[in-house]
Order: sequence, then C-alpha cells, then structure tokens
Amino acid sequence: MAEIVSLAEAIAGAVHDGDTVAMEGFTHLIPHAAGREVIRQGRRGLTLVRMTPDVIYDQMIGAGCARKLVFSWGGNPGVGSLHRFRDAVEHSWPGPLELEEHSHAGMANRYVAGASGLPFAVLRGYNGTGLAGPAAGTRASIAEITCPFTGDTLTAVAALRPDVTVIHAQQADRAGNVQFWGITGVQKEAVLAAARSVVTVEEIVDVLEPRPGAVVLPAWTVGYVAPARGGAHPSYAMGYSVRDNDFYVAWDAISRDREAFGRWLAEHVYGKGAA
Amino acid sequence: MSGYTADEIMTVTAARALRDRMTCFVGIGLPSEAANLARATHAPGLVLIYESGTIGAKPGALPLSIGDGILAETADAVVSVPEIFNYWLQPGRIDIGFLGAAQIDRFANINTTVIGADYAEPKIRLPGAGGAPEIAASCREVIVIVRQTRQAFVERVDFVTSVGFGDGPGSRRYLGLTGAGPQKIITDLGVLEPDPATCELVLTGVYPGRSVAEVRERTGWDLRVSAGLAEIPAPGPAELAVLRDLVATMPATAAASG
Repeated sequence: MAEIVSLAEAIAGAVHDGDTVAMEGFTHLIPHAAGREVIRQGRRGLTLVRMTPDVIYDQMIGAGCARKLVFSWGGNPGVGSLHRFRDAVEHSWPGPLELEEHSHAGMANRYVAGASGLPFAVLRGYNGTGLAGPAAGTRASIAEITCPFTGDTLTAVAALRPDVTVIHAQQADRAGNVQFWGITGVQKEAVLAAARSVVTVEEIVDVLEPRPGAVVLPAWTVGYVAPARGGAHPSYAMGYSVRDNDFYVAWDAISRDREAFGRWLAEHVYGKGAA
Repeated sequence: MSGYTADEIMTVTAARALRDRMTCFVGIGLPSEAANLARATHAPGLVLIYESGTIGAKPGALPLSIGDGILAETADAVVSVPEIFNYWLQPGRIDIGFLGAAQIDRFANINTTVIGADYAEPKIRLPGAGGAPEIAASCREVIVIVRQTRQAFVERVDFVTSVGFGDGPGSRRYLGLTGAGPQKIITDLGVLEPDPATCELVLTGVYPGRSVAEVRERTGWDLRVSAGLAEIPAPGPAELAVLRDLVATMPATAAASG
C-alpha cells in the first residue's frame, strides 16, 4: 500500500546497495530528482536497468553508483553521446561497467513479461543481429524459440524483475493512487514487474481527474509516493513543464570532461540546498 | 556554390521518396526533417509515427527528441512503448522506416553499436540499437540516411546492430525478417540501392556536380554502378523554402549543436 513520504525517505527505504534498479520514463517523465537522490545517498554496486540510459544514468554512472547497465539506446537524444557512459565503457572510469545490451522492443517485452508474472516474452526480432551473439552480454536473456503451433522460429527474451522501479508521475491522490499521462512509455509495466517501487509526483491532489490516455496505478500497486515538484527536470511533465532542451545541449560539455562533471556534481547534487 | 547544403539535398531526396498517406516510422534529425517536409508539401496525409508511442503526430515545429511534448499534443493516438513495438511495428503495419548508421556494409547491414572488432574493448562506444533492429526487420521498406565516407561504407560492419541483407540473397527469408529491408541509401553524394538479384548495394543516382569516381573513392568496397545511373534533381526553390522554414522552428540550441 502506498506510503506518502519525502523523497529522501523513499529512496532510503527502497534502494539498497547491489540492487537491480529500473528508473523509467521514455524522454517524458524521467525521474531525475530521484536519480540525484540515489547519488546523494551514495548507493553503490547497482545494476541499472533502463531502455534509454539518457542523462539520468550518465549522471549515476559517472558518480560511481553502477556496476552493470541493462539498456537498449545510450545516447543524449538529439545531441549526441553520453560521455560518462562512454568513459565507463571505453576507459572503466570511475569503474568498470558490465553491459547487457538489447533493442527497445526486447526491453519493452522483458518488462511486459515481468509485469505478467511470466519467465519470458516472445517477439520477432534479434535474428541475425550481434545483440543475439555471444558479445552483448545477453546469453542469459535472449534465446531462440520454436512456436509450438506454427513451427516459426521466434526469439524469447527473459523477464525483467527489478528489485525496485522508480518513476515520476504528474499526480497522486492522498490515498497514494497515481496518475500520469502524455507519453506513458513503459512505466506501468516497469512498476508492476518490480518487487518495490517509488513514484515521485508533481503534486498530491484531493481527486484524480480522469485524463485521456492516462495510466492509473492503484495505491496498492505502489510502494512509496514522494512529492517532487519539477522532479523530471531536465525532462518534463506534460501539463506542468516543458523539456529543457538547453540543458540537454549543455550536458554535452559538462559530461565530456571528468573535472567539469565533478564540479557539476558538487554544485547540483552534493551542494548545500541541492535537490 | 550550389545554393543548397549537403543536409538539404539529402533531406529533400528522402522527402521525395515518401508518398501521400504512407505510414512512416520517424527518428530524430534528417528523417524527421524529411518526413515533415513531405507532409508540408506533396504528402499532406503522411502518417508520422515516433517510437515514443505518438501515432499521427503533426508537429508545427521540429522536435529535438522523439519524446517532445509537441508530438503527443498533436498525435491521433499516444500508445505505450510495448504497444508501439508489438501492435504497430512488428505486424508490418508501417510502410517506411528511416534509419541512420555509423557503419553500413555492402549488404546494407547497419552498425550503431561499437566501432572496433572487440565488443568488450571498443574504439568507440556508440549509442546502440534503440528501435532500429525491429524497424529494419518489420517495416515494409527502410530508407537509410548516412554521409558517404570510407569509415562509414565498409566491406563488413564491425557489429550487426540491424540486419539489411545479411550475407546476401536469401538471408532475410532465412532469418524470418518480414519487411523488404533497405531500399534506398541516401548519402551526401547520391543514392545507393540493392541489386534485386545479388542484394549488393549499387550506385543508382548522383547529385548534380558529383561524380561516380568521387562516390567510389568514398566507399570501402569496390562499388558497382547501375547501368541506369541517373542524376538526381537538385532541390527546387519551393522545397528549399519550406524546408528552411521548418528547420527555423527547431530549438535554437539544437541547431547550434549541429
């Protein structure tokens, strides 16, 4: 049953060293405030799961939180490289980063399987690609499978079952029911696939007004709800904020240089009053 | 001075390949510019689908990311990410998919994962697959937009992120890939297309002022030239005017980032 707490309490309660952590949000509603809180609390040895590591995991990888990354597209959208991610893969800085690399369709289906209580999902895909080969860290999560009805050769992908999933939503009510709308991504599946969950929200309201295309997570499917106004920034929350495209562009220079990144962490994550 | 840039002729050439009422899976950058140019000119009924789940997006300004709010606000439907891949892309509902490439080979296989022979010790770590493997597998046709260099046009890609024609004729059927695969490779010099018999990419068109020798020089294998080699028309003034208006709507920071 959802418990409404502060962001610091939610992260301390749900995210532990060595956990497998999924922080989802497909360009929209990325839980950035929660990501900074995980860094601030000094979590280590995490297996980070996310379709698009994006700036949020670039920050967490650079800060030394991650041991392993499970992902499908690691770029800065519309800008270029994720330099902290690349530095970890290419130069093991600040430490080595194990990779398990999929496609978007594979990752999405792995969450669906997790949410469905199934050990795997089936899709047409991966055949002939290097992702299904020995290199990409997918030996335990991609396998060929024969359809028992048609004999077709298909691909099975192992369910994702994170220890904890963290998402950002527009609203929760006082009972902890959660609602988000706009581009809803894979967050519903990621929450339902996980053992624990944290939902940061723009605001707590008396009544959730029905919205077209909205996803509602009933309070009993959610662990912690934490108010975090603007908590998606530099991503956005439709109806509350717009994507800060300038920040994504500025991140290129900040993240390219280890010292500049260290100064950014000191000022915006560890600094007094940083949130 | 030709009066247009390399990006502009690539974008216009890609836009001309789109017909009205087609469904089109669009990525950010030149594909998004091309699809929106087509929608603003000869293909007003073009259906733009972005992998963030926005179906029938009609952005008035070009987005910086596939998840910009303007795409959701103007879409006919916004669906979840599992749904966009499972219900919309996988069954072959989408006519055209656009892909980029860091490397592309003789059989149009695409690498966006790592440069270097050893995955574990890459020379360059690229972003990875995203939606590309399934776009390459399941769209009815694929258009690839990539600048022509010897580094990009290689005999064999270092890593197969997305399958074009595999090892050649028969590979797609053997692998169970339902779409026709890459049908046009649009570069800053011209257009390559797969030979129907051999699946090997051959040069079928060059832009005004570009030579076959120049294209071959910037290709990492012994590129064949089609007997029907054509000169691709330069962008017309109307196409350029609409395209430049569109590009001017991009966030200024995005344009500055190149």
